[in-house]
Amino acid sequence: MQKLTIDDLKKIKEQYAATFNLRQGGYKAKVTVHMGTCGIAAGARAVMNSIVEELASNDVKDVIVTASGCAGFCSKEPMATVELLGAAPVKYCYLNAEKMKRIFREHIQQGNIVEEYALVMGSETSY
Amino acid sequence: MKDLSLHILDIAENSINAGAKKIVLRIVEDPVKDLYSISVEDDGPGIGVDILHRVEDPFFTTNRKKKFGLGIPLLKQAALDCGGHFNITSNPGAGTTLFASFKLSHIDLKPLGDIGSTMLALICGHPEIRYVLFYEKGDFYYGFDTDELKEALGEAPVNLPEVLMSIRNSINESTGGRAAAMWKANE
Repeated sequence: MQKLTIDDLKKIKEQYAATFNLRQGGYKAKVTVHMGTCGIAAGARAVMNSIVEELASNDVKDVIVTASGCAGFCSKEPMATVELLGAAPVKYCYLNAEKMKRIFREHIQQGNIVEEYALVMGSETSY
Repeated sequence: MKDLSLHILDIAENSINAGAKKIVLRIVEDPVKDLYSISVEDDGPGIGVDILHRVEDPFFTTNRKKKFGLGIPLLKQAALDCGGHFNITSNPGAGTTLFASFKLSHIDLKPLGDIGSTMLALICGHPEIRYVLFYEKGDFYYGFDTDELKEALGEAPVNLPEVLMSIRNSINESTGGRAAAMWKANE
């Protein structure tokens, strides 16, 4: 990909203004990647990059990606929590870039939890 | 940690968790002095004198639910293993600066790695924070500041996926790219 230029930024700015009204409905899903020391050492950065790549290449605007700290399950890292609007959050463990892509396709886009990778359903406390 | 950019991500997360609003990352490769150094400077609440000498201890943490904190000790070990230095200076209320240096020619020096992905992860996870990146390699100089970017973007948020991808690719290209960042140091 080319270097980021002022023209690129202008283009993004204009595109954003054009689609702004569509965004007023808010986000339909939130992905939290656990970014403690344990998560980072196990590959959380690649997981986060993978989900952002998927969002960019599929032009998905209503999913927010964020980071949290260590959740206390260091041995199960990299982990991520996926929360669809109105549904209980699902924690996934032992992730990598490929698994995250499958979760994006099946859980975030189609609404089916990928049970194979899931650890638990329930709310998150980050500490 | 496989590479230095992962350490940088980890240390910057410490700053964010402490409540910093601005983080300055410096990466300097100086072949003349045979020195590689990274520093992470934040404007957070700082670390009190009573705790400052203990943060390098792997069995010290301020987290009540854990009994260890490995981020800082891992980087310290990486620096000392490469004949470098490590120190943290801080004053309560005046932020914290962490500095780690390495002997550039040392066989155990980890590559910088994918610094673009590190910046993506930081900006994506905490878009409200101002990140400044300085990268120096000999005479080459590169600077990146999210405030300048935010100004150019106007209303559009900095954590849009396409913006994040552009940032990552732009930084990696400017700093020699992902492949070039691997092991160039010891050529």
